[in-house]
Amino acid sequence: MSTKENRVTEIISRCSALFEDLEFGAVKKWKAAAPGRKAIGYMPVYVPHEIVHAAGMLPVGIFGGGDQLEVIQGDAYYQSYICRIPRSTVELGLTGRLDCLDGMLFPSTCDVIRNLSGMWQIMFKNKYVRYVDVPQDYDDAVGGQFYIHEMQQIREDLGKLAGRPVTDEALRASIVVYNAHRKAIRDLYAYRAAKPWQAPTAEVYLLLRAGCVLPPEEHTRLVHDYLAACETQQRPKRDNARVVVTGPFCEQPPLGLIKSIEMSGCYIVDDEFMLAFRWLMDEVEETGDPMQALSKAFLHRSAQSSSKYDARKEDKGRFLLHQVKSRGAEGVVFAAPSFCDPALLERPMLQEILARHKIPYTAFKYAENTGQMAPIREQAGTFADSIKLWSAA
Amino acid sequence: MNTAVKKQVQKEDAMWLQKELINRNYHELATAREHNRKVSATFVPGNLNELLMCFDFARSLPETNALQNGMRKKSGKMIMDAERDGHSEDVCTYVKADLGMMLQGQVGPTGDPLPHPDILLLSYTGCFTFMKWFELVRQKYNCETVMLHVPYQGDGKVSPAMRDYVVKQLKEKVIPSLEKVSGVKFDIDRLRQYMRESVKAEENLVRVLQSAKQRPSPIDGYFGAVYYIGPMFTAFRGMPEATRYYDTLWAEVEQRMREKKGPVTPEGEIAEEKYRLVVEGPPNWTSFRDFWKMFADEGAVVVASTYAKVGGVYDFGFRHDPERPLESLAEYCLGCYTNLNFPQRIDMICRYMDEYQADGLLINSIKSCNSFSAGQLLILREVEKRTGKPAAFIETDLVDPRYFSAANVKNRLESYFQMIKQKRTAGAH
Ligand code: SF4
Ligand code: SF4
Repeated sequence: MSTKENRVTEIISRCSALFEDLEFGAVKKWKAAAPGRKAIGYMPVYVPHEIVHAAGMLPVGIFGGGDQLEVIQGDAYYQSYICRIPRSTVELGLTGRLDCLDGMLFPSTCDVIRNLSGMWQIMFKNKYVRYVDVPQDYDDAVGGQFYIHEMQQIREDLGKLAGRPVTDEALRASIVVYNAHRKAIRDLYAYRAAKPWQAPTAEVYLLLRAGCVLPPEEHTRLVHDYLAACETQQRPKRDNARVVVTGPFCEQPPLGLIKSIEMSGCYIVDDEFMLAFRWLMDEVEETGDPMQALSKAFLHRSAQSSSKYDARKEDKGRFLLHQVKSRGAEGVVFAAPSFCDPALLERPMLQEILARHKIPYTAFKYAENTGQMAPIREQAGTFADSIKLWSAA
Repeated sequence: MNTAVKKQVQKEDAMWLQKELINRNYHELATAREHNRKVSATFVPGNLNELLMCFDFARSLPETNALQNGMRKKSGKMIMDAERDGHSEDVCTYVKADLGMMLQGQVGPTGDPLPHPDILLLSYTGCFTFMKWFELVRQKYNCETVMLHVPYQGDGKVSPAMRDYVVKQLKEKVIPSLEKVSGVKFDIDRLRQYMRESVKAEENLVRVLQSAKQRPSPIDGYFGAVYYIGPMFTAFRGMPEATRYYDTLWAEVEQRMREKKGPVTPEGEIAEEKYRLVVEGPPNWTSFRDFWKMFADEGAVVVASTYAKVGGVYDFGFRHDPERPLESLAEYCLGCYTNLNFPQRIDMICRYMDEYQADGLLINSIKSCNSFSAGQLLILREVEKRTGKPAAFIETDLVDPRYFSAANVKNRLESYFQMIKQKRTAGAH
């Protein structure tokens, strides 16, 4: 039995073990617990998890191989000027590590993931593979109708794979489960923003990543546990600069990079890690037609990210500005994966808006296997210092 | 060895016609304001030229501007200016060439000033970058923007839901926006008329492209084809002038077929066809002539290319259909090459290898184009596996001269041609 004080450590070590396990032991264990269980992988940014869950399957977030995976075969599929996440994902697939998955969903995040969907069809012929298109038109009668059709197709496919149709009741029940999950994640983000010294991002990040392999119900409990445990211990509060980290919604930076930002004197008070869990920004309607409810939440109440179209010029940067203002951030760190078109094409637009609002920012690129942290630590440190000087002036 | 018969720079009638069309279009753009004409901008894949013509727009295509600037060696500076303005070295160089051109005062490739567009028709077909490109232009120049989201053929087919979605956007979003900006009321019969004209040109373009099935091929299906697709993929499809261009072009090609002549290159005619290749990926524009010469000098003729299908896969049967105008526009957008999924792209290449009796596949991988490039190494493996023909890989960029290394490309090509030769000799025993 753990004491309250070391409960945080206990939770985070568990999350860390899940994060480091590139064999996806937790997924295998979940599948083995009952006959016929299936798991479906999804890539960033967003797929409607509720449908997978309602089919009785485990949605598994595949966010590349991180800095622990040695990529050998994957490199033979990608030129040097393509980001890292597809090659490490291919490596995971070719080395059998994703054999525990019964299918993969590839969202329309960018052309790299889009193309990977077709590559997967060729490379893993006996697995279910689907490209998940999401509408870039946000009218219920236009984009919404198309999106419902897309979701319906996934629903039917997964129903077939499961051997039983995915009912409206099951979908509504899954929406309830995910509403609770989203609420827990919102609470976690609010808590960290209020007391970033109590919930450092290196921990929050590991906790989020655990949600890639745990069932949502269990992950929700874990987040609650963590929040409760955080309150039982007082950690030293520093005079750090409060920053929002934007850009890492797909290929993930190494954990060391997140730690480096924090060690350099920044408190991360909002970010784009695991945006999938916060994509739908509030409760999805729990009664009525579940597909309509999911569609409406996507169209009208979802996060902005660079893989989504901003229908009006005025919308650009709204989400980031909200993150900055609502979290009391003093600056923005643009951290983009090298060769990431969505993040890097978006960046100048967001920077212009920040400049207009006199919000300081700094920018760098990373890869999931970046090893050298010193330059990033230095850059983030200088940025934090300049913010502090600025606010003192 | 130089197998191209050296003559003065050769230009055929069709070439002159095309040059005239292009210059006229740039002139129309330059004088649009004087003539009270509104200006539209849209992309090559999913280019709804017939529709834009219904609203009397002067029509600009930013990719074409970038490539024209590339060919005129102007793009390098534009790209660097855009990078100095905060754009990443990692992203698509077409975008940076366009933004750089705007930063330099928006003077077009022919030296004529280009007006800022009144409307950006964001036909989101087959390339993610398009979306950000027009968002960037909108943010800087405040242009009205209308999105046409074209779903990707993830399953390798066009479902009725996908088509309906595009048609609905055309009806409810695109057409009303074009009406509003232009002040011209939409007339579906006018659209039908343009589409009728398009079909005639499309028929002839396909004849021209397919002439490469003959030995020797009378055309180059990559370097030559980028000229042949010009009017079709840009501001001219649906115009009687384009029909005339394709009539003339086809007559010339037919004549060459009869005379069993090889393709005409800027350096002269290819006297002996030694290698027949299929090429995947866009060309390099900044050293276009040198690049072509590396092939022509070796007697290598490209018989089919995927790039010649970016603005519509007409050779597999698609034609604009004036009887179902909006549905047909939707199908056109949905069917462009980079909107096809990987298995389709591979099938297409294998089919070309077979039908055009090619000796091998060459992939020109573009550093800054994820839409084409991400996954090309799998294409290479699969095509080799399925056809048993050798494939090779070179890397260049579209309009960034920093990424064209002539020596490297030449070396690669030479060893590739050697490989084909060896394979042939081995096959003969
Ligand atoms: S890191 Fe960027 S470019 Fe790479 S797959 Fe993700 S979104 Fe696409
Ligand atoms: S990424 Fe490729 S397809 Fe897209 S605009 Fe750039 S060059 Fe064209």
